[in-house]
Amino acid sequence: MYGGGYIFDEPNRKQQREEQLHDDPEKLAAFEDRITRGEKIEPGDWMPAEYRRQLIRLIEQHAHSEIIGALPEGTWITRAPGFKRKLALIAKVQDEIGHGQLLYNAAETLGKSREAMINDLLSGKSKYSNVFNYPAETWADVTVIGFLIDAAAIVNQIANSKGSYGPYCRALERICYEESFHLKQGHDAFIELATGTPEQKAMLQDALNRWWQPIMHFFGPPDKNSTHSEKLMQWKVKMASNDDMRNQFLDTYVPKIWELGLTLPDPLLKKNDSTGKWEYSDPDWDLFFKVINGDGPCNQERLSVRKWAEEHGRWVRKALMNPTQQKTVPAA
Amino acid sequence: MSESLDPRINRLKLGNAGEVIKVEEGENWQVYEVFHQEKRGAHHEHVGCVHAPDAQLALVFAKEQFGRRKKCVNLWVVRSADILAFDAEDEDMFANNIEKTYRDASGFKVMDKINKFKQAGKAAPQQ
Repeated sequence: MYGGGYIFDEPNRKQQREEQLHDDPEKLAAFEDRITRGEKIEPGDWMPAEYRRQLIRLIEQHAHSEIIGALPEGTWITRAPGFKRKLALIAKVQDEIGHGQLLYNAAETLGKSREAMINDLLSGKSKYSNVFNYPAETWADVTVIGFLIDAAAIVNQIANSKGSYGPYCRALERICYEESFHLKQGHDAFIELATGTPEQKAMLQDALNRWWQPIMHFFGPPDKNSTHSEKLMQWKVKMASNDDMRNQFLDTYVPKIWELGLTLPDPLLKKNDSTGKWEYSDPDWDLFFKVINGDGPCNQERLSVRKWAEEHGRWVRKALMNPTQQKTVPAA
Repeated sequence: MSESLDPRINRLKLGNAGEVIKVEEGENWQVYEVFHQEKRGAHHEHVGCVHAPDAQLALVFAKEQFGRRKKCVNLWVVRSADILAFDAEDEDMFANNIEKTYRDASGFKVMDKINKFKQAGKAAPQQ
């Protein structure tokens, strides 16, 4: 799960822009030629300062999203209905934490240390996907997250896996493979509620109504307001526009929701057959910015849990920090 | 935060997220490269990295991270710092002559030569 969807950029970009001006024009041209040819950029390669900065931001926020995203679902492990659902949810949450590790590693290849990334998460400097600042109130919320949020993340991650930075692509390849299980188990649980008792169906409809807005927020503000430059598209850091990804998501998943007899809380939602694009009411973008800047229902709680884990795990990490060297034999 | 929907949060009695927590440099140990072997006799293939305080624990983490799906019969870990590699910029030292048929069986057309020789009628009669 948990492609960044909308990845938040701090507005303090002036300094980097200066720095970008100092990139060697010859090296820059060679770099852009490589990307145009479809080559992957590897950690030791020369890259523009702005490319490095944007990728660290993107991959780091993706990693944080995987870690924080495990929290609303983790809550439900003890209360999952049935043994099989519990096993699947444990496996999924374990995968998400694993994805976080893979992504932190990919970001580290760009020169930011793991400790610095964790500190920036804990201090609120780095963001994570906005959807995880909402609570999972019922089991139906977990099925909506497992099905639709994962689906949205997959749209985003498949796009990014065709990007230009080698280590990120390799991590995403493995992540997308594991995601397919997450999506399937989410869809399965979703269908079970949708086709179940009237109470189950009502519970699912209620969760869907509450999550629809965060899902529409997931891919970020409309392209017309987007601050991300053509440069990021050209460098294959950003692989598809917010609106294109949102449209692709709606295209695949709205029919799957409707076929189960469920409704979506947007009277304007329909596909325009002549343009092939979806029409919908604009979600509340003021709310989106309010939540991403720390004022959502669960922002405080998510960070508190993460800080608690950091503090209470510290003695273990410290105890292991300086082990005596052990004698080793060649492996082969 | 006592009104959390998460029973675990309420049990932990977490305070407000005000205190500053800072992870010190090096506290997340060091990086180990992980090599995964799918079956006995196969090559170990590089699959990624883990952070660990020593090689033994790196193996344990590697098992959790890279051995929980697909088949795996063994893993290697090696400190990333111990890996020696050429600089990416020196790539051109591997530039080479691509035409290498002279060191390949397909590069030698003996039958062509024999047939040409026979057609020229220069071969001695068999009987």
